[in-house]
Amino acid sequence: MGMTMTQKILARAAGKESVKAGDLIMAKLDLVLGNDITSPVAIHEIEKMNVNGVFDKDKIALVPDHFVPNKDIKSAEHCKCVREFARKNDITNYFEVGEMGIEHALLPEKGLTVPGDVIIGADSHTCTYGALGAFSTGVGSTDMAAGMATGEAWFKVPSAIKFNLTGSLPSGVSGKDLILHIIGKIGVDGALYKSMEFAGPGVSALSMDDRFTIANMAIEAGGKNGIFPVDDKTIEYLNEHATRKYTVFEADEDAEYDEVIDIDLSMLRPTVSFPHLPENTHTIDEIHKDGDIKIDQVVIGSCTNGRISDMRIAAQILKGRHVAKGIRVIVIPATQAVYMQCLEEGLLKIFIESGCVVSTPTCGPCLGGYMGVLAAGEKCVSTTNRNFVGRMGHVDSEIYLASPSVAAASAVKGIISCVEDL
Amino acid sequence: MENAKGKVLKYGDNVDTDVIIPARYLNSSDPAELALHCMEDIDKDFSKRMNKGDIIVATKNFGCGSSREHAPIAIKASGISCVIAETFARIFYRNAINIGLPIIECAEASREIEDGDEVEIDFNTGLIKDLTKGTSYQGQAFPEFMQKLIASGGLVNYINNNN
Repeated sequence: MGMTMTQKILARAAGKESVKAGDLIMAKLDLVLGNDITSPVAIHEIEKMNVNGVFDKDKIALVPDHFVPNKDIKSAEHCKCVREFARKNDITNYFEVGEMGIEHALLPEKGLTVPGDVIIGADSHTCTYGALGAFSTGVGSTDMAAGMATGEAWFKVPSAIKFNLTGSLPSGVSGKDLILHIIGKIGVDGALYKSMEFAGPGVSALSMDDRFTIANMAIEAGGKNGIFPVDDKTIEYLNEHATRKYTVFEADEDAEYDEVIDIDLSMLRPTVSFPHLPENTHTIDEIHKDGDIKIDQVVIGSCTNGRISDMRIAAQILKGRHVAKGIRVIVIPATQAVYMQCLEEGLLKIFIESGCVVSTPTCGPCLGGYMGVLAAGEKCVSTTNRNFVGRMGHVDSEIYLASPSVAAASAVKGIISCVEDL
Repeated sequence: MENAKGKVLKYGDNVDTDVIIPARYLNSSDPAELALHCMEDIDKDFSKRMNKGDIIVATKNFGCGSSREHAPIAIKASGISCVIAETFARIFYRNAINIGLPIIECAEASREIEDGDEVEIDFNTGLIKDLTKGTSYQGQAFPEFMQKLIASGGLVNYINNNN
């Protein structure tokens, strides 16, 4: 019996000829990641272990991004803890304010994630790097600590759902709409413990930024990882960003899947997830039929949608227009490089002239930390990844997850809208 | 491992880590402080109505969302002796075991046990008894290494004890 792409990567990392779903394996890690929320807990744990330092100072990435620049004294103490640990252990890939970005946008940009890698990160959206043909998955702080100490982690080999993509996305529809559509179809536990493997002729029509967005939200369907095959677009991205050698793995032709789901990309519509679960999806047409949804805030950014193409899509819509009276619009380029590119391409000017504020890279509002926390009764259209109760602030506030295109159009109209409505 | 016994606090599907411990409290990683806000956004009286040893019972996909280990830490530090659910989100499952919070999957128990019931769990056999209803359910038993891991208070102590 053949192996899925994920299984082949895990077999290599475990030093085995082959693995099958359900096997328990010990795998060698190519990268261990943590942020300012999860790393302090991991550092506390590693200090309790009888170990001498970290397994490899080049294979650990520490990215303070959630509550930085420090939002309060306690956050400052957490960041200090991470900074001091990085100094003490001479961690190569520690990113200070000024060079940091949102971790899952930053690491691929810095060439730290390449095809065939096995990556764990103490952040649930670590699954993002599957866009590059790597196996990457979110873990907790204790696993991160054990990973930093030993360079290994245990895994139960996952089975997989294959998403067979055909066609190409219509104008105004993006990778975000596709992944929201999928979560709406299979539910927030539809891929629980499983790999989500994207395949088929439709893959080549998806940009790398779309693939990052799609792999990023695999966790919102309960998935262990989301993964894309490596093609010309992947290689072009790697040539631009990475210098490390990599190995390309492909799923065997006779690989076994729990389920194969066919999706024709050309049939997708702008899609929005209503409060309070990412699976509560509605197309823009259904929304229009049910009446206007007035909003108070728009957030454009995050590890899901804070990359340059997201910024360009939003700017294209906002150019020459103004955000609706009384709507707060917060734009957050995900990394310093994206920020600089926005500056050079004139996007910052468009955002500011249209009435948005532009923030330094941070996860901030996505998890209700700061930079856009909601009050009771307020509604926000957000390009982030979760709309759980209280996620962005008050327990009685509401988050509508959408693409940058829908977010920008909604900012202009003041009600949930898409570009066709302008 | 000793049996767990306590009153049940019952919840539904998809209890996420944002309601287990809201991110506004993640500027702390002190278990006692996290425990003060445990389950606050889904059950604001949680800390008032729970007693040490009580048991959380929920249905599908408990602990979905963020990878924050603060979620099982908050539950454990608040004195909950076990969480029973039909299924757990995978990162939460790993984290709970790693920090030594007993969790057990049992679809039937998660559906039938009600808020306020008195429940006893035998971790050696995986048997769950609802003492209020007089019913019992067969949950998944912990393998020996996992019992030892939980009994030693988590993965770190377990690794240290075995080195």
